[in-house]
Amino acid sequence: MKILVCISNVPDTTTKITFTNDNTQFNTAGVQFIVNPYDEIALSKAIELCEGGKGTVTVINVGESATDPTIRKALAIGADDAVRINAIPRDAYFTAYQIAEYVKTADFDMILTGRESIDYNGAQVAAMLGEFLNIPSISIIKKLDYDGSTATLEREIEGGKEVVTVSGKFVASCAEGVAEAKIPNMRGIMSARTKPLQVVEAKEIEEVAKVTQFETPPPRGTVKLIPADDASSLIGLLHTEAKVI
Amino acid sequence: MSVLVYVEQVEGKFKKSVFEAVSYAKAIADKTGTNLSAISIGSVAESELQELGKYGASKILTVTSDELKNFVNQAYASVIAEAVQKEGADIVVLSNSFSGKGLAPRIAVKLKAGLADGAVELPSVEGGKFQVKKTAFSGKAFAVTELTSAIKVIALNPNAFGVKESPVTAAIESFSPTVAATDLAAVIKEIVRATNKVSLPDAELVVSAGRGLKGPENWGMIEELANLLGAATACSKPVSDADWRPHSEHVGQTGITISPNLYIAIGISGAIQHLAGVSSSKVIVVINKDPEAPFFKVADYGIVGDAFEVVPKLIAALKAHQA
Ligand SMILES: Cc1cc2nc3c(=O)[nH]c(=O)nc-3n(C[C@H](O)[C@H](O)[C@H](O)COP(=O)(O)OP(=O)(O)OC[C@H]3O[C@@H](n4cnc5c(N)ncnc54)[C@H](O)[C@@H]3O)c2cc1C
Ligand SMILES: Nc1ncnc2c1ncn2[C@@H]1O[C@H](COP(=O)(O)O)[C@@H](O)[C@H]1O
Repeated sequence: MKILVCISNVPDTTTKITFTNDNTQFNTAGVQFIVNPYDEIALSKAIELCEGGKGTVTVINVGESATDPTIRKALAIGADDAVRINAIPRDAYFTAYQIAEYVKTADFDMILTGRESIDYNGAQVAAMLGEFLNIPSISIIKKLDYDGSTATLEREIEGGKEVVTVSGKFVASCAEGVAEAKIPNMRGIMSARTKPLQVVEAKEIEEVAKVTQFETPPPRGTVKLIPADDASSLIGLLHTEAKVI
Repeated sequence: MSVLVYVEQVEGKFKKSVFEAVSYAKAIADKTGTNLSAISIGSVAESELQELGKYGASKILTVTSDELKNFVNQAYASVIAEAVQKEGADIVVLSNSFSGKGLAPRIAVKLKAGLADGAVELPSVEGGKFQVKKTAFSGKAFAVTELTSAIKVIALNPNAFGVKESPVTAAIESFSPTVAATDLAAVIKEIVRATNKVSLPDAELVVSAGRGLKGPENWGMIEELANLLGAATACSKPVSDADWRPHSEHVGQTGITISPNLYIAIGISGAIQHLAGVSSSKVIVVINKDPEAPFFKVADYGIVGDAFEVVPKLIAALKAHQA
C-alpha cells in the first residue's frame, strides 16, 4: 500500500496576523511555521495504516526551500520519504494541480490531506485534487478504515454524519477523530535528516484568481459589563438593544 | 451571461442558508444586469421549489433521477457544470456548507474557474475587475480576491448576507444530465442526521461553553439555555478533546469557523485560537468569573461571574421573557 499525504506549511496558531506592502502580503517577520495541524492528523492516520510493513507513506508539499523544516518534521513523525514541488503555492488551484501532476507519475492507493489549511483555509485542495485526477474526493472525514482495497469513511454533514465506501483510488480530507496526532520521538528526529526528500520543478498553469488586498477585521467596541446579580437584564438588552433575540 | 445558484436540499427541504445563497445570487444578477437560474438535485416538492422564486430565482432546473438522489460531490459537480454550459452561466453561487466545501472546488476545476470560498460580501465589479471579499487566516483576516477566469464560482458563508426577498414566478424545468459511472464511485451507505438539533455552521444563535464548566455533567444548563433560544451548542477545543462534547461542536482555528448573530461564551477564556473561529459573530456575550479573561476584550456584553449562578438566572429571565 502506498499513501500520499499533503502537507501544508502554515503560521503557528498563536500568530498575530499582519500584512505588509499596502496590505498585499502576509507579514512573515518573526512568524513561526508549523505543519498544518489537520495534516498531522492525516499523516498520523497514514502511518497507522502502514504500520507493521503494510505500506509506505510519502509526504508532499508545494513550497520553496524555506518549507524544508516542516517537511523534515513530517518525516520525523514517521513518513518514509518526501517530495517538494518547488514553487510558491499561490492558491489552492495551483497547488492541487501541481500535486495532481506528480500523482500521475506515481502510484498511490490513497491521498490524504488535512480538512483545511489554517492560513488560507479554503478547504479546497482535496476536492480540486480529486477533480484533476478524476477520482472520488471525500471532504471532512472523521473516520477511515481500509481493508486493502475498500475504504469506509465517515464524513461530517450538517447536523450529522454519513458513511461512504470507495473501492479504488481516492482523496480524503481529514478532520479530528481520524487519528491521534503522533509526536516525533528522538529516533524519528534523527532518521528524518537522512530520509529522501525529492525536489520537483513546478509546471505552469493559467491563473484563475489572485488576492489583491488583505484586510483585518475592524476593532470591536468596548464591552458593556452587566453586574452578575443583575444577570437577567442581559436578556432584555439582547432583545431591545442588540435585537438578536 | 447569467448567474446559476446551486440549491442544496436536505431531505427534500431547503434551509435558510439556501435562501440566503439565492438572495445573494439575485443581487449579483441585478448588479451585472443578468438573470438568475437555480439548479436543484434530488427529490424536492414543487411547492418547495416555488419558494425559491420568492428570493429571485426565475428559472429552476430540477434533476430528479434516482442515481443522484444522494449527494455525491463528484457527480453533483458534473451535473452543475453541465447546467452551467446549458444556461451559458458565467457565475456559479452556492453555500459554503459541508457539502459546498466538497463541491465548489470540483466545479471550479471542471470549469477552469476561479473560486472565492467563504465569501462575506457582494462582489465588486468596478474597473472591469471582479473582486470578492472572503475570510482568510481562520477568521483572523479577510482577503479580497480577484477572479480572473471567464467563469467564476462563489461559495457564500452562512449568515454573511442575509435573506432578501425579491419575488418572481419561477419556471420549473426538468433537466436530465449525463452522469458517468466513474462519477458515482463513492457509495453512500448510511446517513445519520439529528433532525431535532440546530446545525452549528449556519446557526443564527450559538451558546458555547468551555473548560470553566468543569465537566460534561454540567452541560444540562447550557443545553437548556440553547433550547430556549433555539440556538446551536458549541464548545472550546479542550472540551471536545476531553470528550465532554462531540468534535463537531468544536469552534476555533482548528475547529469550525462560525459567524452567528449571537455568540454566548460561557467559561471560555478567549484564547487567540478560539477567537479566530468566532470573532466575526455579530454580537458576542461573555460570561466568565475572571475579569481579566481575554474574551472580554472582544465582547459586546459581559458578565463577570460564576457560570453556575449566572446561567440559571439567564434561563429564568428568558422563560419570563418568553411567557
Ligand atoms: C495548535 C492549537 C490549536 C488550537 N485550536 C483551538 C480551537 O480551534 N478552538 C479552541 O477553542 N481552542 C483551540 N486551542 C486551545 C486554546 O489555546 C485554548 O487552550 C482553549 O481555547 C482554552 O479553552 P477554554 O477557554 O475552554 O479553557 P481555559 O483556558 O481553561 O479557560 C476556562 C475559563 O473558564 C473560566 N471559568 C472557570 N470557572 C468558571 C466558572 N465557574 N464560571 C465562569 N467562568 C469560569 C476561567 O476564568 C477561564 O477563563 C488550540 C491550541 C493550539 C496549540
Ligand atoms: N502548499 C501545499 N502543499 C501541499 N499540500 C497542501 C498545500 N496547501 C494545502 N495543502 C493540503 O490541502 C489541505 C487543504 O488546504 P486548503 O485547501 O488550503 O485549505 C491541507 O490541509 C493540506 O493537506
